[in-house]
Amino acid sequence: MGELLLIVLAAALVNNFVLVQFLGVCPALGASRRLEGAIGMALSTALVLTTASGLSFLVERFLLQRFELQYLKLLAFVVVIGLSLQLWELLIRRFSPLLSRLLGLYLPLIASNCALLGVALLNSAASRSFVAALFYAAGAALGFGLALALLAGLRDRMRHSDVPLPFRGAAIVFVTAGILSLAFVGFAGFARL
Amino acid sequence: MTTRFDVAPAPHAPALVGVPLVMRRVLYALAPAAITYTWFFGWGLLINFAIAAVCALLAEGGVLRLRGRRTRVALNDGSALVTAALLSFALPPLVPAWIPALGSVVAIVVAKQLFGGLGKNLFNPAMVGYVFLLVSFPVEMTQWIPPRMGDIDYMHLTFLGQLEYSFLGRLPNAIDIDTLTRATPLDIVKEGLRTAHSFAQLRGGSLFGDFGGRGWEWVANVIAVGGLYLLFTGTIRWQIPVALLVGLLVPATAFYVLDSDHYAAPGFHLFSGASMLGAFFIATDPVSAAASDRGRLIYGACIGLLTYAIRTWGGYPDGLAFAVLLMNAAVPLIDRYTRPRIYGQR
Repeated sequence: MGELLLIVLAAALVNNFVLVQFLGVCPALGASRRLEGAIGMALSTALVLTTASGLSFLVERFLLQRFELQYLKLLAFVVVIGLSLQLWELLIRRFSPLLSRLLGLYLPLIASNCALLGVALLNSAASRSFVAALFYAAGAALGFGLALALLAGLRDRMRHSDVPLPFRGAAIVFVTAGILSLAFVGFAGFARL
Repeated sequence: MTTRFDVAPAPHAPALVGVPLVMRRVLYALAPAAITYTWFFGWGLLINFAIAAVCALLAEGGVLRLRGRRTRVALNDGSALVTAALLSFALPPLVPAWIPALGSVVAIVVAKQLFGGLGKNLFNPAMVGYVFLLVSFPVEMTQWIPPRMGDIDYMHLTFLGQLEYSFLGRLPNAIDIDTLTRATPLDIVKEGLRTAHSFAQLRGGSLFGDFGGRGWEWVANVIAVGGLYLLFTGTIRWQIPVALLVGLLVPATAFYVLDSDHYAAPGFHLFSGASMLGAFFIATDPVSAAASDRGRLIYGACIGLLTYAIRTWGGYPDGLAFAVLLMNAAVPLIDRYTRPRIYGQR
């Protein structure tokens, strides 16, 4: 149990996907314009990410390894992620109009989140067990949500800043995200992880 | 061409407090600490401050010129000097000249001017400069020296020797820089606890005094006195310093009481590293801190907790700079959820 908790903390803070590993930066910067949007994106990503990692593990163990098709890993994972995405989109649209309205915009956007593929590949590289892989995905989603929330808050505050003309828009957001990355370096080396 | 009479609303009395006065008070509060620091650790601090101050003022003036703004007010308000002062307290005394120069330029240009100047920065500029340097130049940023105490066998550089090293990179008698640097008390404790020494054992070392490291605890005490001066003149409010120190002391005491061999004493944490400097000078930067009183308590407490966590379990010996930056990022969220209630509304 303790080790699983550490996996979650490592994925969320020490190796935060957006700020430390620089995966999934595009949706992070895209969805952090407002805090509500950030929360929506974080929730949808969490759902798809956990399912996708679980399914990727199963596909790798019971399909690729069984038939010695490991060279198809990348392809298989991409397909699995696409499938999970479609699955959740269908489920949400069918069973919860409320959720569909809240999260509906973000689900298709998650397709461009390379953190999904990153989590699946990293789980495979580290040969994690099924449960550990799920917890890693949960941690990654948590970290993604944290980065989104922090960025959304900062961008909200920046509306009152007096940014020089050349830096307005994307540039200053990248600078801010960069400073945030610097701050997250402080989590490096948490020895127990 | 139109003329416009700017008529200010009543009361037509000069403001009692303004930015220049606040900045001057902060510099006065830091002055005794600077003298103590120089007494124990040599001229490095003052040289670094001089370099950092000049570069900060030039950088600020430069950016304002590029933006077509007037520089006189901004350069005279002393905020660049305060940033330079805090940065030079954070740096090791024995660093090449380009370190404080680069650090203060990054602090002023990236962390302050890029967001719009004084009052608009999201992150504490001095801490951004320091963390940038620490992450990019880990070797130079860990060149610490021991204090000047009778029983410590160490040859301090003269003023000219420091200048020579700082600007030309030359050391007297061609000594290597490695022979001049020593670990700080925080370094020793961190490494020692990691290699299964007990804290009591480490505390008996020659670099340790009553609470923290020798020399360092004196500096921390004088900084605390300066901080109290700021409190009593109303320049800073009590919420952040008290919350930060409580946030640091509570886990420190708890873990120390549970296992006094493997965790550092609370007193050690209080008087080592940047705890006092952070509590009274760094975290209290009003622009990057939380806005409401309740928010300030949460902000300060979390910085204290994060600092303790990074010091005890993280990879860096002193986590205050990272803790401050992380909490600066969380301030908009803190402010959102600790909005003061408007009188009459539920």
